[in-house]
Amino acid sequence: MNIEILMPALSPTMTEGNLTKWFVSEGQKVKPGDVIAEIETDKATMEVEAVDEGFIKKLFYKEGDNNIPVNKPIALISDQIGEKIKEKNKTIIGTKSKDKKELEQTEVSEKENSKLGQDQITMRQAIRDTIAEEMRKDRKVFILGEEVAEYQGAYKVTQGLLEEFGEKRVIDTPISEQGFTGLAVGAAFKGLIPIVEFMTFNFSMQAIDQIINSAAKTLYMSGGQINCPIVFRGPNGAAAQVAAQHSQDFSSWYSHVPGLKVVAPSTSLNAKGLLRSAIRDPNPVIFLENEILYGLKGENSSEDFTIPFGKANIAKEGSDTTIVTYSIMLHKSLQAAEILKNEYNLNVEVIDLQSLRPLDSETIVNSVKKTNRIVTVEESWPFASVGSEVVNIVQKEAFDYLDAPIIKVNSADVPMPYSSELEKLYLPQIDDIVNAVKEVNYI
Amino acid sequence: MKKLTKSDHLKIYSYMLKIRRFEERSSQLYGMGHIGGFCHLYIGQEAVVVGVLMTIKKNDSVVTTYRDHGHMIARGLEPKKIMSELTGRVDGYSSGKGGSMHMFSKKNNFYGGHGIVGAQVPIGTGIAFTHKYNGDKNICRTYIGDGAMNNGQVFEAFNLAALWNLPVLYIIENNKYGMGTAVDRAAAGSDLYKRGEAFGIKGEIVNGMNVYSVIKAAEKAGEYVRSGKGPYILEVQTYRYRGHSMSDPAKYRTKTELEQYKSSDPIAIVKEEIIKKKVASKNELEKLDKEIIEEIKSAANFALESQFPNKEELYTDVYL
Repeated sequence: MNIEILMPALSPTMTEGNLTKWFVSEGQKVKPGDVIAEIETDKATMEVEAVDEGFIKKLFYKEGDNNIPVNKPIALISDQIGEKIKEKNKTIIGTKSKDKKELEQTEVSEKENSKLGQDQITMRQAIRDTIAEEMRKDRKVFILGEEVAEYQGAYKVTQGLLEEFGEKRVIDTPISEQGFTGLAVGAAFKGLIPIVEFMTFNFSMQAIDQIINSAAKTLYMSGGQINCPIVFRGPNGAAAQVAAQHSQDFSSWYSHVPGLKVVAPSTSLNAKGLLRSAIRDPNPVIFLENEILYGLKGENSSEDFTIPFGKANIAKEGSDTTIVTYSIMLHKSLQAAEILKNEYNLNVEVIDLQSLRPLDSETIVNSVKKTNRIVTVEESWPFASVGSEVVNIVQKEAFDYLDAPIIKVNSADVPMPYSSELEKLYLPQIDDIVNAVKEVNYI
Repeated sequence: MKKLTKSDHLKIYSYMLKIRRFEERSSQLYGMGHIGGFCHLYIGQEAVVVGVLMTIKKNDSVVTTYRDHGHMIARGLEPKKIMSELTGRVDGYSSGKGGSMHMFSKKNNFYGGHGIVGAQVPIGTGIAFTHKYNGDKNICRTYIGDGAMNNGQVFEAFNLAALWNLPVLYIIENNKYGMGTAVDRAAAGSDLYKRGEAFGIKGEIVNGMNVYSVIKAAEKAGEYVRSGKGPYILEVQTYRYRGHSMSDPAKYRTKTELEQYKSSDPIAIVKEEIIKKKVASKNELEKLDKEIIEEIKSAANFALESQFPNKEELYTDVYL
């Protein structure tokens, strides 16, 4: 009997990994618990152990092979020693169908990655590089948070920063969000420029009083004397199957607050431009990243460019319907736009807000005046979402231009479920976007 | 403790008296409807902030709670501009946008004036972090009310301050009541300063009704912190004569208790000391009293003559 050893997933969002080392060779006997291989991703390194007893019949990859998809067999174990010779020249035995656990979002990033060329960087690198550049330029900039230094970042965004800047400026904190957020706010009042990494924005709720009552309001309360130049950043929204307490979108929570600026990058390029603006801004900025987008490769630029806040990007021009979206939903919206073009001959315009507060109403309104139809697409809950504000702007500024009621596409109005099937239902899918655009076109 | 000069004695006396007269005037203006909202008076606690004032260096930072009028006067802020803020006028420290609880002066290294119980503690710890980061040898004094000592973020801040050896002096002003709840009905265990022990932070109890005790303790603690030994806690035992805020009749305590504290009034102690030591005569002090009354009266007049902010002000200072 043959048993396949599959490429393991080291995290909920991992889609592929590298085989750094084999500890066994073909023909070798293994028993449960023996270390077979070392696997590495950009986030972590792990050893793979044998679960069954037998002989290594086949190693499908060699040391140093990269980008091996999760769940692909990497080795074959047989309980009979003789079989190994017969099978030697056979190639990989039928790859398993894609694991159910893999969500549609991860497919988004895979697809995007394959489309793009060589000189691309991931959003993770884009954010890391930008933090490093700004830290080189200004010694007032420092970063603190849980696992940002020695661990190299829970999501490996701060990789290498400790080595370059030392423990004075790359600071591991205890699991103490309210404490270290308040401390960072105090440091910003006194003139430093802290970058606060929340391991995920879900944990920012522990510190939300300091963000809103202290960081956002003190400039006003002090009659303009004391500003708070600080960036709060980290992954926001759903990852993959991490359930209700770890999958929340905070875009409208923070966008509600005067005194805060809120941005949500969707690509490596706008992540760079927006983060540079955020670090250089004299006000508190909420920088909402997305875990699934961390591995997404995109256009790079070594130029010292910034993207001004309050400026949306028209990601795709079109004339028939406007889609207003941001962050990860940009990618689903672009895929929906392609389907709508191919199957319904609808030419959709896709606006990537990039900046949620301030919000670029001008670009939205101009687009609606052209297309006369609008759909908003976002991952957050529907009630009082950023999309709701877009609806308000459009009904006020472009009421006479509308040929159909506005439709909002959001996640389900429930806490995030764990089960992959329910999770898929909870999150806005490409079909939901396609259907919404069809509906505003009365198709 | 370094020996106090004649001018030190007079500085102590006049600052304490200035705070008391200022607060009495605030109370009057509140009653007349010139001051609105929440207004927390410092009467009875003057020895705490003035004692600390005597040990403070120009570039040291201070951050405190919403009971902040006395702290601002002691940090060298002008009474007329404080009163203008209380009355919501454009000449106030926050152009009328902060009010009694939210005043700041970057110039005087005074960082508020915070309305959320406990929130100023991580903030003050962060200001101390900046002093250390910049290597400037200054320290941050962070005031904490006894009520905040049951608030979680205070202990998160203590942990960080001890862990990172930050130059922060925590001053707990234990005035016996968190709003209307007596300390022993809110805090388990005794001696609030001992709560720093778990983090290895040293501390002590100080008699906050006697300014000389405060000076002695604050001087020693300030030197300890400035020398790079990390945070320190002073639990200063004091008493507020008035209610928590203007609307509080203070029915949760007895008249006898109040009278007892009043009988050893912190300002009277200083007055007695000055006369006993022949630093100044009764007549000289009376003259000083009159000057202070005049100064506070003219501060109040200045405030009432100051303009309310223009309507354009509503939308300024949201972003820099």
